[in-house]
Amino acid sequence: MAEIFECVNLSKSYGSRQALAALNFSIPRGRIVGLLGPNGSGKTTLLKLANGLLTPTQGQVLIDGHAPGIRSKRLVSYLPERSALPQDMNARQLLRYYGEFFPDFDEQRARQMLQNLGIEEKLGIKQMSKGTREKVQLILTMSRDASLYLLDEPIGGVDPATREYILRTIIGNYNPDAAVIISTHLIADVEQILDEVLFLRQGQLVLQADAEQIRETKGMSVDALFREEFKCLGN
Amino acid sequence: MSWQFQGNMPIYSQLVEYLRQRIASGYYAPGQRLPTVREIAVEAGVNPNTVQRAMAELEREGLVYSQRTAGRFVTEDPDRVKTESTLLARQQIDAFLRSMALLGYSRAQVLAIMQQEEEEHPNGGNL
Repeated sequence: MAEIFECVNLSKSYGSRQALAALNFSIPRGRIVGLLGPNGSGKTTLLKLANGLLTPTQGQVLIDGHAPGIRSKRLVSYLPERSALPQDMNARQLLRYYGEFFPDFDEQRARQMLQNLGIEEKLGIKQMSKGTREKVQLILTMSRDASLYLLDEPIGGVDPATREYILRTIIGNYNPDAAVIISTHLIADVEQILDEVLFLRQGQLVLQADAEQIRETKGMSVDALFREEFKCLGN
Repeated sequence: MSWQFQGNMPIYSQLVEYLRQRIASGYYAPGQRLPTVREIAVEAGVNPNTVQRAMAELEREGLVYSQRTAGRFVTEDPDRVKTESTLLARQQIDAFLRSMALLGYSRAQVLAIMQQEEEEHPNGGNL
């Protein structure tokens, strides 16, 4: 079986600016991986490439052994950096809409999560606060039985209590044969749930390591290592 | 008891200690079926593979055992639990006595303080 996610010599340039430089790594099923890097390090570009929203300048990104396409859309559940919910629907309509789009969408699960977070199904997207919209978007993303979840800054705009609920939602809902990639710069908040971390700096992969191993061998948290790594070299 | 983890140490070993404590204290009773790895991961807010690793360690120590389909259980042997609880208590007392020694208190002085404490506040009235 092919790795669920693989980058082979993957490069992306925007004009003369290189956003990603020859990335080579793979992620097996069953792992929760943190894609960590300062702003502008290439995290969002990488996730967009994985979704086929951008095309590589060189090399390739493979989802279960195939380039992004119709097949991979069935496998990948993507939480974009910016919310892209249809404005004229309420939460209930949105669930139905998602269910029609994605055969692996579990409406029951989504309902339960809306309820847990106290979000009324009749509430229109337009009336929701920014934080609530982010919660809804994450609920939709995590209610699919996908093989790969790509979460771009899932906890950026929400309060700490919700942040905790969201992280627990991620742990509680992903299927153990699936992988989760979480991009963030809020490392201290997510590091407990990560198997593995990838550090990106200016489009280059500077570290791929097991999170527990970092704590074990270096006696420091992933957050502390990140701060050190990105301080010494001035980003 | 809420789960708090030190960032600069492996989480799995901290989980082992939490779970060991729960078993020794009877929070998880002998023979009781344990929550699933996923449930513990969600409750503690940690990675399921880390919980899995902690469980494997407790199995190696004989504190829990797994049954193929039924899940994981606390050992049914009350003596095994008792040994663990005694060991944990011993560690706490040793650590306490070491701290007191650093403050310059002899064991006899510590005992005297404890005695007085019990007379003034029976059953830990001020705790």
